[in-house]
Amino acid sequence: MEEVIVAEGLTRVFNKSLVAVDHVDFGVRKGEIFGFLGPNGAGKTTTINMLITVLKSTEGDATVCGFDIKKEASDVRSCIGVVPQEYTADEDLTGLENILLCADLYGIPRKVSKQRANELLELVELSKFKDKKVETYSGGMRRRLELACGLINRPEVLFLDEPTLGLDVQTRRATWGYIKRLKEEFGMTLFMTTHYLEEADSLCDRVAIIDQGKIIALDTPDALKESLGGDIMTLAIEQKEADVTGLIETTPRVKEVKKQDNIYRVKVENGEETAPQILSLLMAKGYKVVNLSLTKPTLDEVYLEYTGKSMREEEATQESMFSKRITMRRARHR
Amino acid sequence: MTARNQNSKNPLHGLWALTNRELKKWYKEPIFLFMSIIQPVIWMGLFGKAMNIGSIFTSTDFPVPPGVDPQVISQQIMEQTFGTSDYFSYMSVGILSFVVLFTAMFSGMSMVWDRRLGFLNKALSTPVARGSIIFAKVFSAVVRSLIQAGIVLIVAFLLGLQLNPNFNVFNAFGVFAALFLVCIGLSSIFILIAIRSTRWETQMAVVNLLNLPLLFGSNALFPTKLMPDWLQTFAKINPITYVTDATRQLILFQTDVAQLTFDFVFLAGFALIFSTIGLMLSWRYLSR
Repeated sequence: MEEVIVAEGLTRVFNKSLVAVDHVDFGVRKGEIFGFLGPNGAGKTTTINMLITVLKSTEGDATVCGFDIKKEASDVRSCIGVVPQEYTADEDLTGLENILLCADLYGIPRKVSKQRANELLELVELSKFKDKKVETYSGGMRRRLELACGLINRPEVLFLDEPTLGLDVQTRRATWGYIKRLKEEFGMTLFMTTHYLEEADSLCDRVAIIDQGKIIALDTPDALKESLGGDIMTLAIEQKEADVTGLIETTPRVKEVKKQDNIYRVKVENGEETAPQILSLLMAKGYKVVNLSLTKPTLDEVYLEYTGKSMREEEATQESMFSKRITMRRARHR
Repeated sequence: MTARNQNSKNPLHGLWALTNRELKKWYKEPIFLFMSIIQPVIWMGLFGKAMNIGSIFTSTDFPVPPGVDPQVISQQIMEQTFGTSDYFSYMSVGILSFVVLFTAMFSGMSMVWDRRLGFLNKALSTPVARGSIIFAKVFSAVVRSLIQAGIVLIVAFLLGLQLNPNFNVFNAFGVFAALFLVCIGLSSIFILIAIRSTRWETQMAVVNLLNLPLLFGSNALFPTKLMPDWLQTFAKINPITYVTDATRQLILFQTDVAQLTFDFVFLAGFALIFSTIGLMLSWRYLSR
C-alpha cells in the first residue's frame, strides 16, 4: 500500500524541556482517513504543524506526498490543504473573497480559482451566503468555509485539526457528513486530529492513539476494540469491605477483573450471557449488586486500556491540561 | 499534478492578494478611512489654529518703541524661526508625517491579530513567499498612508495652507516619494516588533511609548534649532525630521537642493535598511 505520509522518529521539544511529540513513527496510506486521537495537549496539533511545515521538528524525519518536510517544504505546501483548529477566515471579507484569497496564496490563476471557488461553495452549501461577510456566519458555516478553503488547491492530502471543535452535536454530525463527501468526491487522503472518540470511530479508517507525545496504539477502530478481547461489564456491590474479585474470576469466559473500591470492571466474552451468570453467583453468595452496566467496547475503553486513564477523566482535570496547553501555545507562537 | 503546474510561481501574485486583503478591509469600511483622516485633521485644525504663534507679537498691549511696527517684527521673527510667517502652514505639513507615522505604527497590530486568529499559520502552510506576508503589510500601510496624507494635504489647503508659489507637479511627486520612503521604513520597524509578539497589549504599549517621542523629537511641530542639544541630537537621527524637512521644502519653502538631496538620501537609506532587515527576519522567524 502506497503511503503518502511517513513519519520516522518525529520529535518536537519546546523550550528545551517540554517534549510535545516524542519520537513518533507512523505511515498514512493513500486514500484513507487517518485519525490522531488524544486528549488536549497530547501533541496532536504539534504533529500536524510539523507535517504542514509551519513548525520545525527538533528531531526525526517525515515525508508528505514524497517530499521531505524540512528540505522540500515548499513542495509539501503546494500539495496539501489545511483546515486549522481556529476559524482563520477573515471576518471583514465575504466567504467568496476568503476562498479567492486562499487560492491566490497558492498562486492559482483567477480564471481557475473563480470556478473552483463557486464549485466548492456549492459543495459546502454556502453559495447563498458567498457575498455575505464572514462575521455574519455561524460556527458551522465558518467550519465549512474553512473546509472549502483547504480544498481550493485540490490537495492530495487534507489536514484537519480538530475539525469539529466547539460545534454542537448536530453541526458536528453534519460536518462529518461533509468530510465524508469531500473525501469521496476528491479521493484524497485525510489526516485529522480529534479528541472526540465518536468522531474517530465513525470517520477514521485507522486511528493512532497519542498520549503525552507518544503513539500508544495504531490500528483500525474495529481492530482496536477487538484487541480488548471482549465486552466490559461494570458492577458495584453494596458490601464495600468485601473483595469478590476471585469469585467473579471463577465464572467461565471472564478474562480480567479490575477492582476500584466497590466497583468492578470485568472484561468478558459474550457479555449478554455471562453477565447474568455472574449476577446470580454473587447473589447466591449474599452480595447485593447495586449497579450494573454492560458496554460493547468503544474507543474510550480502548483508550482506558492503553493509557490506564479515561479520556473523560482526563478532561475533568482540565486545569492541569490547560496550563500545559498554554505553555505549548506560547512556545509554539515564539 | 497537471493543475498544479498551471499555478503561478510569481511572488507578486501572493503579495498582491495579501496587500489587497488589507486594503479591502479599509476601503470597504468608509468609517475607518474617515476615522483615520479625522484625527490628523483635528490635530491640524485645533492645534495649528489654536497655537496662533504669529499673533503673540501683534495682539499684546506691550509698549512698543516708537517707529517699530509690531507686524513687521512678528513677520521677521516668524520667518526666522519657522521659515514661514504662518504657523498653521508650518505645522500642517508636519501633520503629513504624523499621518504616516500613525498608520505605520498600527500596521504592526494587524500582524499580531493575524497570529492570534490563526490566519498567519494558515498563510504559512501555503506556498506563498514568506517575504510576501511581511511586505503585504508594509505596502498596504504605504498605500493607506499616502492616500490619507493626500486627503489631509487637500484639507490643509482648504483651511489656509499657503503653498510655495513655485509648487508644481514635481513637488507633489516629491512629497509623496518622501512619504513613501519613510512609510516603508517605519512600517517595517513596527511589523518587525510585532513579528514575534502574540499579545496586542505589548504592541499597543510599544506604540504608545514611541509615538510621542518620535513626533515631538522632530521638527514636525516645532523647529529643532530651538530645542535643547540632547533633543537636537535625537531629532538628527529621527526619520520624521527628514521627511518633514523634505515635504516642507517642497510645499512651503524655496527649495534648498543640497538639503533636499540629503533628506532623500537619508530616507532612502532608512527605508532600504529596515525593509531588508524585515525581509531577513521574516525568513528567520516565520519559518519556525
